[in-house]
Amino acid sequence: MPSLQLSRVTMEFGGLCAVNALDLTIEPGHLYGLIGPNGAGKTTVFNVITGVYAPTSGDVLFEGASIAGERCGRITRRGIARTFQNIRLFGEMSVLDNVKVAFDCRQATTLTTAVLRTPAHRTEEERVGRESLELLKIFKLDHLANERAKNLPYGSQRRLEIARAMATAPRMLLLDEPAAGMNPHESTELMDLIRWIRDRFGMAILLVEHNMKVVMGICETVHVLDYGSTIAIGPPAQIQRDPKVIEAYLGGA
Amino acid sequence: MTTFLQQLVNGLSLGSIYALIALGYTMVYGVLRLINFAHGDVYMVGAYVGYYLSRLLQRKEPSLASALLVMLGSMIACALLGVLIERLAYRPVRKEARLTLLITAIGVSLFIENVAQLVFGPDPKFFPSLAPRTDFRFGGMRLTSEQITVIAVSLLLMVLLRFFIMKTRTGKAMRAVSFSLDAAKLMGISTDWIISVTFALGSALAASGGVLIAMQIPKVDPLMGIPYGLKAFVAAVLGGIGSVPGAVLGGLLIGTSEVMVVGYLSSTYRDAIAFGILILVLILRPQGLLGRVHKEKV
Amino acid sequence: MRGWIAAAGVFVGLLFLNGVFVGSVFPGFALPPYLLQVLCLAGINITLAVSLNLINGFTGQFSIGHAGFMAIGAYASAYFTVTFGEALRSALGFLPEFARDGAVLLVALTIGAVLASIAGFFVGVPSLRLRGDYLAIVTLGFGEIIGVVILNIDAVGGARGYSGIPKLANFFWIYLFAAATVLVVHRIVHSSFGRTLVAIREDEIAAEAMGVHTTRAKVISFVVSSAMAGVAGGLFAHYLMYINVRSFTFLKSFEIIIMIVIGGLGSITGSVLGAVLYISLTEGLREFAQYRMVLFSLLLIILMIVRPQGILGHKEFVTFLTKRRRSLGAAPGTPGA
Repeated sequence: MPSLQLSRVTMEFGGLCAVNALDLTIEPGHLYGLIGPNGAGKTTVFNVITGVYAPTSGDVLFEGASIAGERCGRITRRGIARTFQNIRLFGEMSVLDNVKVAFDCRQATTLTTAVLRTPAHRTEEERVGRESLELLKIFKLDHLANERAKNLPYGSQRRLEIARAMATAPRMLLLDEPAAGMNPHESTELMDLIRWIRDRFGMAILLVEHNMKVVMGICETVHVLDYGSTIAIGPPAQIQRDPKVIEAYLGGA
Repeated sequence: MTTFLQQLVNGLSLGSIYALIALGYTMVYGVLRLINFAHGDVYMVGAYVGYYLSRLLQRKEPSLASALLVMLGSMIACALLGVLIERLAYRPVRKEARLTLLITAIGVSLFIENVAQLVFGPDPKFFPSLAPRTDFRFGGMRLTSEQITVIAVSLLLMVLLRFFIMKTRTGKAMRAVSFSLDAAKLMGISTDWIISVTFALGSALAASGGVLIAMQIPKVDPLMGIPYGLKAFVAAVLGGIGSVPGAVLGGLLIGTSEVMVVGYLSSTYRDAIAFGILILVLILRPQGLLGRVHKEKV
Repeated sequence: MRGWIAAAGVFVGLLFLNGVFVGSVFPGFALPPYLLQVLCLAGINITLAVSLNLINGFTGQFSIGHAGFMAIGAYASAYFTVTFGEALRSALGFLPEFARDGAVLLVALTIGAVLASIAGFFVGVPSLRLRGDYLAIVTLGFGEIIGVVILNIDAVGGARGYSGIPKLANFFWIYLFAAATVLVVHRIVHSSFGRTLVAIREDEIAAEAMGVHTTRAKVISFVVSSAMAGVAGGLFAHYLMYINVRSFTFLKSFEIIIMIVIGGLGSITGSVLGAVLYISLTEGLREFAQYRMVLFSLLLIILMIVRPQGILGHKEFVTFLTKRRRSLGAAPGTPGA
C-alpha cells in the first residue's frame, strides 16, 4: 500500500486553477522529489496534503485512509509532518522548547495535571526533555538547546525545522525547499541528513526543491509540475534528459 | 406603515452620521491596519470646533452661509488634528506589534478626552441653531430640516469621497496602500503622505458628522465621542473594515436597527443592539458584509 | 514538599500582615484605611492582570473584554451572598465567626468563577477562531453586551447598582487569591500546556502543523483566565460592598491591558509590576485631579513609543538573577556568555 496517494486532486482559487487533476503515488520509504518552475503549484500540493487547503476535488490518501479536507493538526497526528518554505520556528522559544512542542502532540498531559504537578506529569516532562535533547543531538543542535530559535544562524534554523517536524513521530515527512539559501557545503550535508533520516526511520519523504543538485542527488523519483499539471515522472537521469522538462524548467543544463 | 417609514427616515438620518464616522475608521484601518480608537474623539472635537465657530459667527438670523462656514471650518480643523495625531503618536510606532498600536490609540483617545474636559469644561454646552428650522409633513410623517440636512450633506460627502477614491490619483494611491504598504512604496508612492491624507479625510468626515449631530441634538460634551465612536466602529466592522462602501452600508444598518429597536422593542437594549449585530456578523461572516477575506499565505 | 512549606509560609504571612494592617497585632499601629484600600485594590488588579496576561501575553490572543468576566463574577458572587449568605451562615453555626465568613466568601467566589468561566467558554469558542483584530472587536462587544444584560436585571439592582454586599473580603483573602493566581499561571506557563500556548502565540499555523490542538488550547486558557477574572470580580464586590455596571466597562478592560503592557506581555512578574505601578500612578497622581488622566495618557503614549515591550518584556524577575549566574559560567565566545 502506498504511503501517500493523490488521486485527481484539483485545487482552484476563484477562477485560477493551481493544481489540475494531479495523480501522485509515493511508496513507503521512498524519496520523492517535486519540482517545477515557480507558480507550478508545488507548495499548493503541499498545502493540500497537509490540510491547509481542502482540495476542490479529488482525494488524498495517507496509508489508504482519506485525509482530504481534514485539519492540519489532525493530519499531523496521523503521521505526516512538514517543514515550511519560509521558516516558521517559534522564534522566542528556545531550540529545545521548539522540539518539545512537537513532542507534546503525542503526550497525554492535561492542564489539571500540569497545574497540580502530579508525579505523572513530572515523569512525562522529564521524558519529553530527554527525547527532545536526543533528537537535537542527532541534528547536531544540542549545543544550542537553550538559545532562542530566532537567534540561530540560517542553516541551523532550517535543520531545527526538520528536527521539530521529526519530533511529531511522523511516518512521512514533507520538506518544503529545505535547501533554500544554503551554500554547497550545507546542501551536501542536508542531502546526507535526508538520506540518513530515510534510512534510519524508514519513512517516505516528499521533497519540494529548486536546488537541482539536491533533488537529482537524493530523490529516487522526480515528479515535474508545470502550471498545475504533471509533465514528467521518473528517475532523475530520465527527467534530466526529458525534452519537455528541459524546455519548461531546466533550460538545457 | 407611516410609523415604519418615519422610523426608517430617523434611522437613515442617524445612520448617515454613523456612516460618516465609520468611513474614517475604515479608511485608516485600510491603510494602516490600525483600529483608531481616538477617531470618536476627533468627532467630538469637530462638534466643539463647530460650537466655538458658530458662537464666533453669531448673527441675529441663522443662515445657510454661516452653517456652511462652520462645517468647513470644523472639517479643516479636524483634518489638521488627524494629521497631527498620526505624525506624533502613530508614525513612531507604525512598525510595532498590533497591541502596541492599539494601546497608543487608547492613550491618544484618553488624552484628547481629558484635555477636552480641561479646556472645554466637563459640562455639556448647547449648540446654537445655524439654519432656519422647519418641519416638513407629508403622509403622516414628520421630517425636520435637520434630518434632511444630515441626509443630504452626508450623501454629498460620501459621493465626493467615492469620486476622490476612485477617480483621482491620490485616491488610487490610497487604495494601493490599503492592499500592500510595501508594494505601494516600491511603486514610488509616498506612503507617509498618503497616510496623512487618509487621516485628514477621515477626520474631516468625522468632524462633519460632529457638526451635523450637534445641529440635531444641540448638546456637546467632551465624552460624546465614546458612544458614537463605538457604534460607528461597529458599523465599520459590520460593513467590512477596510471597505468604504461597507462603512456606509454598516452605518445605515446600525442606525436603522437602533432606531427600530428603540421604537418597537425597548430603549434599554439600544446600546446592546449594535454589539449584538456585530457579534453575529463576526461569527457568521468575519470579513463583514462587503469585506475581503485575508488568507494568510503558508 | 518544599512547595507545601512555601504555601504555608505565604498563608501565615498574609494572615499576619492582614492583622498588622488592621491594627490587631501591634497596638497603636494600623495602616491608614485609604492606604489599605489602595493596597487591596492593587491586589485585585494583580489577579486581573496576571489572568489576562495568560491570554494576551502568553497565548498572543487579543482579548479586550476581561472586565465582562469580572462583572459576571462580581454580580454572581454578590447575589449569592446577599440572597443565601445568611442561610449558609446559620447552617454553619458551629464554626467560629471568621470561618463562617470565609466559607460564605469561598462559596460565593466559586460560584462567580464558575459562571465567569462558562461565559468565557461561550465567548471563546466562536471568537477564538477569528484572527487578531477581529477577536479584539468581538471580545470588546461581548464585554459591552454582558454589561447591558446585567443592567437590565433588576434583581441585582439594574442601573442603580447592587448594594448591601457584606464586606467579606479583606487584605488576606485578596492577596491569597492573587498569590494563587500567580502560582497557577506560573505553573501553566511552565508546563507542556504552556509551551503550546506560547507556540500558538509565536506562529499559530506552525503550531497546528506540529500537531497542536490550537483552538482547544486557546479556549481552555480563555476559560481559565475568565474564571480568575470572575474571582477578582467577586473579591471586588465583597470588598467595596457596592458594585455598578459602570465599573466594568471597556474602560476597565483597557486599564487591565495597560497594566500588562506596561509590565511586559509574556512576563508574570511584569503583570504584577504593571498592576502595582498602575494603581500607584493613578492614586499618586490623584492630587493633580484633572491633570492626572492627561498626564497618564501622555505617559502611556510615550511608553509605547519608547519602550513598547514594557518594563520586563518577556523576562521574569528571576531571569535577571539566573542570567548573571549563567554568563559567569558560560565559556567565552559562546552565545549567551
